[in-house]
Amino acid sequence: MKKTLNEQIICAGFGGQGIMLMGKLLAEAGMREGYCVSWLPSYGAEVRGGTAHSMVHISDNAIASPTISLPTTCIVMNKPSLAKFTGKLRKRGLLIVNTSMVDRIPQKAGVKTLKFPLTDLAADMGNVKTANMIAVGVFTKAKKIFPLKNVLEELEKVLRLDESLIALNKKAIKLGYSLVN
Amino acid sequence: MEKLIFKKPEAMTDAVMHYCAGCGHGIVHRLVAEVIDELGIREKVVAVAPVGCAVIAYDYWNFDVTEAAHGRTPAVATGIKRVLPDKVIFTYQGDGDLAAIGTSEIIHSANRAENITVIFVNNGVYGMTGGQMAPTTTVGQKTATTKAGRNIRRDGFPIKISEMLAVLEGTTYIERTAVSSPKEIIKTKKAIKKAFGIQIKNEGFSMVEILATCPTYWGQSSQDACTRIEKELVKTYPLGVLKG
Amino acid sequence: MRKAKGRVRRPDGKRILITGNEACGEGAVQAGLRFYAGYPITPQNELTAYMSRRMLDVGGTFIQAESELAAISMVFGATVAGVRAMTSSSSPGISLKQEGISYLAACELPAVIVNIMRGGPGLGNIAPSQSDYFQATKGGGHGDYHMVVLAPASCQEMLDFTRELFDIADRYRGPVMVLGDGILGQMMEPVIVDRRSSIDVRRESQTTNDKRQTTKSWALTGCKGRKPNVIKSLRLKEGELEAFNEKLEKKYDLIRKREIRFEKYRTEGAKIIIVAYGTSSRIGRASVDRLRKYGIKAGLFRPISLWPFPYEALKKLDKGNTKFLTVEMSAGQMLEDVRLAIEDKSRVHFYGRTGGGIPSEEAIVREAISYKL
Repeated sequence: MKKTLNEQIICAGFGGQGIMLMGKLLAEAGMREGYCVSWLPSYGAEVRGGTAHSMVHISDNAIASPTISLPTTCIVMNKPSLAKFTGKLRKRGLLIVNTSMVDRIPQKAGVKTLKFPLTDLAADMGNVKTANMIAVGVFTKAKKIFPLKNVLEELEKVLRLDESLIALNKKAIKLGYSLVN
Repeated sequence: MEKLIFKKPEAMTDAVMHYCAGCGHGIVHRLVAEVIDELGIREKVVAVAPVGCAVIAYDYWNFDVTEAAHGRTPAVATGIKRVLPDKVIFTYQGDGDLAAIGTSEIIHSANRAENITVIFVNNGVYGMTGGQMAPTTTVGQKTATTKAGRNIRRDGFPIKISEMLAVLEGTTYIERTAVSSPKEIIKTKKAIKKAFGIQIKNEGFSMVEILATCPTYWGQSSQDACTRIEKELVKTYPLGVLKG
Repeated sequence: MRKAKGRVRRPDGKRILITGNEACGEGAVQAGLRFYAGYPITPQNELTAYMSRRMLDVGGTFIQAESELAAISMVFGATVAGVRAMTSSSSPGISLKQEGISYLAACELPAVIVNIMRGGPGLGNIAPSQSDYFQATKGGGHGDYHMVVLAPASCQEMLDFTRELFDIADRYRGPVMVLGDGILGQMMEPVIVDRRSSIDVRRESQTTNDKRQTTKSWALTGCKGRKPNVIKSLRLKEGELEAFNEKLEKKYDLIRKREIRFEKYRTEGAKIIIVAYGTSSRIGRASVDRLRKYGIKAGLFRPISLWPFPYEALKKLDKGNTKFLTVEMSAGQMLEDVRLAIEDKSRVHFYGRTGGGIPSEEAIVREAISYKL
């Protein structure tokens, strides 16, 4: 029997880094694959200034609470988020870190850590705002919960932007996907 | 041969009014009914009655009427008018309902330029609850809650709602009249008719503030109460068109 | 790539990922809502924004009112005029709406009120909570009245329950409430939004605005061709109010007979039953699965109609020595109804979180085990 999927993702970073969008896209891609999904934004005042985060469940079973206390994946886009969430990562969890914004990464036994300078890579592509999409690509390849195709196609629904920006974001997702072996 | 020269408007029922002798409400009720008859809109009218002495206006009017919670009268009228834009919607409010507990609702309904008509009866006291001070009570006036007379340091000033609403861009027509004499009553009727006409023409928010007598809680005869309006009240609340 | 094995896959395009607030708004639109008035308050702002957009689509009215008092009174006016009307808010705003709710009940006017609960008392915080249970079910406003209160536990139910509540409101002519919380309002889940089919199925009740008004013979639309209608709640004549209260009670008795809703999960042979509604019931369900895995015979009883409360159905699960664990995001409010149902305080336990805390599966399991032993 296959192991039951119960993926619990926390996406975290500064407000403005597209943290909510990143979570929504993961949830959409998971839903398309037939999983039970939920997405929950962080609340209110926290959205400004401090860390923003969104919580995403992708599961074989009905989701109990859409909140996450012990994540299986943390996508960390800035330094304060690293301190706030990674300590709670489960064993054999996945940590994706944006090293452009985080200098020192604490070692945690049994956690798989993928480090990339996401903001710098995005800047090289021509738009720092696509750092979140590179992270989505990294997650997609690392976890293989849903195919890359889902993410690229759902992006068009989630992101209501003009074609050139959609194309840029797709390029970022593909770049992230290629970063993982 | 007998000739009928004075009859009850169709917009009024046969019910005997409960108002005190000399009260202004009965006159204003009738004026509203006469105007509705003259405009031929009885079957198109929906009225909103206030909390206060005039709450059972529906017993006297022969058209659709709803009550509202105290002061929410213009908000209820807003809801009705937005659903029924081709009907004629008016509120009938006293000074407690409109100028105290419902200040927010009247200001914002006026500011949204709701296409409704407001009949604002200002007699400067709370009648139904026993003659307490209203926000429109004049300085020095004795009431159940201003035994020594209204004191501006303790009780604040008489509030001039019509002047306040006149400065809002959302209002189209605002006039203050009185029902203290046949002459003023005729002017009041004209103002009510104009206000309804503005609504019918879809021109926006209209309000007639009517200075009315409350002999019971003013502690005066009906005649003295009328004199008080014309000699004293008009100093605080000057009559005339404030806007439109 | 592995395949999802849980739920039956549904065809693409039918399920969309939307927030509970938006799902609630869509349910209202599908029910024929034509008037919405609201006032901003977190965590229900997505609903107000959604209505602002959708009322434009369907040619209805959206008003951002100057206060919650005004918003509910505008709804009062709209329902007086015979259309389906709704307002929404969160806890502090719902306190203000109690005046209007009491008047709606007293005037026998149908209206839907949505409360996306947040922590209190006072301004509290903006985190999810279930601490308005008393207010919703025991009459938050003055006077002898009740309203049907349904508690959704998913975004799909936010849509379905809201849509259905309009029918319930019309059927019994009174205010009804959707009682959700900040999580249900702000989370996104897949929701089946099939506008076309829902309208086809419901064509009977989906008349146009004008038609609907004629079916509501009590509505105020101008007295053309009929005697004037009066809608009022002042009943001063001797005996008049008591007679009206008796009429209301008869109506409420009928609702108690017909509108009780609940859900049972793995309650067969259960020695301990978790009683929870809304968000808490989702966590309660997962806790039951875990307890069963540990060999503990646990079950979940989920009241869906909080008023009328399913006392009898809950009582039926009591085998004389059954334990009950009420789980709420409050200091213990539904707990009192559970005690009323079981009539044995010693077997009714409570675990709750307040102030925005959410009961965890682990804590519920721990509590259940401690009471079981």
